[in-house]
Amino acid sequence: MSEKIKVENLHLYYGEKEALKGIDLSVKENMIMSFIGPSGCGKSTFLRCLNRMNDLIPTCRIEGKVYYGGEDIYADKYDVARLRKNVGMVFQKPNPFPFSIFDNIAYGPRTHGIKNKVKLREIVEKSLCEAGLFDEVKDRLNSSALGLSGGQMQRLCIARALSVEPDVLLLDEPTSALDPISTEKIEELLLKLKKDYTIVIVTHNMQQALRISDMTAFFLLGNMIECDDTTKMFSSPTDKRTEDYITGRFG
Amino acid sequence: MNSSKVISIILKVSAFIVMLILVAIIGYVMILGIPQLKLSLFQWKYTSDNVSMLPSIINTILMVVFSLLIAVPLGLGAAIFLTQYKREGKIVKLIRMTSETLSGIPSIVYGLFGNIFFATFCGFGYSLLSGALTMSIMVLPLILRTSEEALLAVPDALAEGSLALGAGKIRTISAVLLPSAMPGIVSGVILGMGRILGESAALIYTAGTAATMASGLLSQARTLSVHMYALTSEGLHMEEARAVAAVLMVLVLIVNFISRKIGKKAGGKNE
Amino acid sequence: MKKERLFKVIFATSALFSVVAVGVISIFLFASAIPTIAEIGPLKFLLGTTWKPGSNLYGILPMILGSIVVTLISIIIGVPLGIATALYLTFFASNKVKKVMNPSVELLAGIPSVVYGFFGLMVLVPIMRTVTGNGKSILTASILLSVMILPTIVTVSQSSLNALDPALLEGALALGDSKERAVLRVMMPAASSGIMSSVVLGIGRSIGETMAVVMVAGNQPRIPSSLLEGARTMTANIVLEMGYAADLHREALLATGAVLFVFILLINLSFSLIRRKKK
Repeated sequence: MSEKIKVENLHLYYGEKEALKGIDLSVKENMIMSFIGPSGCGKSTFLRCLNRMNDLIPTCRIEGKVYYGGEDIYADKYDVARLRKNVGMVFQKPNPFPFSIFDNIAYGPRTHGIKNKVKLREIVEKSLCEAGLFDEVKDRLNSSALGLSGGQMQRLCIARALSVEPDVLLLDEPTSALDPISTEKIEELLLKLKKDYTIVIVTHNMQQALRISDMTAFFLLGNMIECDDTTKMFSSPTDKRTEDYITGRFG
Repeated sequence: MNSSKVISIILKVSAFIVMLILVAIIGYVMILGIPQLKLSLFQWKYTSDNVSMLPSIINTILMVVFSLLIAVPLGLGAAIFLTQYKREGKIVKLIRMTSETLSGIPSIVYGLFGNIFFATFCGFGYSLLSGALTMSIMVLPLILRTSEEALLAVPDALAEGSLALGAGKIRTISAVLLPSAMPGIVSGVILGMGRILGESAALIYTAGTAATMASGLLSQARTLSVHMYALTSEGLHMEEARAVAAVLMVLVLIVNFISRKIGKKAGGKNE
Repeated sequence: MKKERLFKVIFATSALFSVVAVGVISIFLFASAIPTIAEIGPLKFLLGTTWKPGSNLYGILPMILGSIVVTLISIIIGVPLGIATALYLTFFASNKVKKVMNPSVELLAGIPSVVYGFFGLMVLVPIMRTVTGNGKSILTASILLSVMILPTIVTVSQSSLNALDPALLEGALALGDSKERAVLRVMMPAASSGIMSSVVLGIGRSIGETMAVVMVAGNQPRIPSSLLEGARTMTANIVLEMGYAADLHREALLATGAVLFVFILLINLSFSLIRRKKK
């Protein structure tokens, strides 16, 4: 398996405050990696470094290297739009645009210059199928996405992320706002998607990490304490702090 | 050039144009007006020779004071009712709807109404009283809305704390709520002042256009804005009109500045 | 607890005052307008093309059209400028720029109509005369009005844009869109009902504006055939002639005011419909 993302000694500062304190990590392709850790440990912040979403925060400064497909994504002339097309993202709270279901999915392809209606339709249907939503919405592609249930919205957001044919998918606590049944659907979906995509998921739920991920990284106070095979980490963690966390002693 | 660049430029240019317009208006009015200011424009008595604006300034002050004397108690009382007694229901809906309607009525329609109702039907004639009554209805929705916002911004816990000590509702309102909401209320009142100061269409046919100082509630009272309109539309005293424009502008700047300063104290609502 | 009771009644009465005010205003305007319109003849009044009080001709169609056209053009000019400014201030301006521009926009709202009119008369009219050959015209009035409605458009649009969930913007950016295009393609449509309210409020301000328009519109009471001609609005009609009108002439002016009032009520109604839809 080849390496998809490689991070070397990444520091991130909000103004004076150091939020990430030197992280090294590598993510191999076609697997699910989950980030766990207590709130405020930096796992979401770290996730957002991988597609440069932190660029939006004016006080945010980054040191170190992040390689995607062997290229340094923080290099001077690196094309951020292309990066985000290749490294898709799904957010904690479902954030469908206030448009129709069709236009939500078509937004990405249109952004990257696809205008042909037949082609757009093809992409929309394919993305919805991949996200396991097509059968539920095929009769109302033109009605507003805001009429969907929370779980459907989140799968719509996954479909939207898939529409631009990424090969990495970043998910930031995608099920924390959902009920157990919707959560289960999304977990199944992710397991299916890992055949074609590399998936990095931040989760608050250790059971979820255990259920779906191949690798797990544990974050604490801006440091990555440990990163290992999921089953190994949950059965015999090397670090005391990891053990304390997964056995529920804090967090 | 890509589309993002074009959009960015269009947005920036638009904002720049808006700033440019403001600077152009203020700059023009000041640069042309200030050199025209001379002592004779501030003489106690208006004559067609001195075209003094002092009587109009005094009339404006009187107009502001009397209008607010009526509008502030009404607006504040209504705001207290809507925040402390009844927040929902058919009557509240009706009150909100009518107050919104009032705020949408153009000044000339207020002027017409004031003319047929206060000046003619009530028999007050063209007078300070007719003008002030008309103005008070006009600024009422503004006072109501700003007072309501100020009262709503006071944390419920404050009032509960007072009620828990056994204080009555009136005592709670007067001793706890109003003092905490005061900056917001005052900032709204000052905004109301600004509207009366700048009003002309609603006053021409209610307060009249005689350029002398009002000697009582029933005498005519040409305010500064009306004075300015009269001078400009007659076209005989353009130099003086420029001076009046500059004075009006300065007053507007002051009112705006004070309202902002106080509004900031009220919790940065204007920021 | 007599005092408590008494004050409650006082507050309730003050609150009811605006209901009474709207009632009295409507009654007095329509009570004088309806008989007048009946006397002149509703068709002759509303659709009559000649306004000549001297010969007992009271057709206000030119004024209705004047108001509509002047308002429409002012919206066409002012709305894009105002929305673009609101987008810039909400999504792109630095805090420093915001600190200067937000008070400036507020200040623009505080400048009295007469001062706008004065500025229009002294600056805009000569410029328009040089450029188009006609100083006082529909176009001149519309340009001036477009500036006067800017504060309304900017502040109302801005507050609805500010109320949007920033996650929407992130969602678009995460798909590889640029911020500029995402703002235009996602944020602006998402705030469309708020932006529409700002436009409706702007229409209300524009159609009701009097003093500034009177000073630059030319005020000819005939149906204009070009934007470079002068025109008279309903508001101008009232303010110009109310001073000396008597009898039926005066009544006809009051009726003009009533027609304007109906326009405003319709605008208010559509405003509340838009807002209700939003909820």
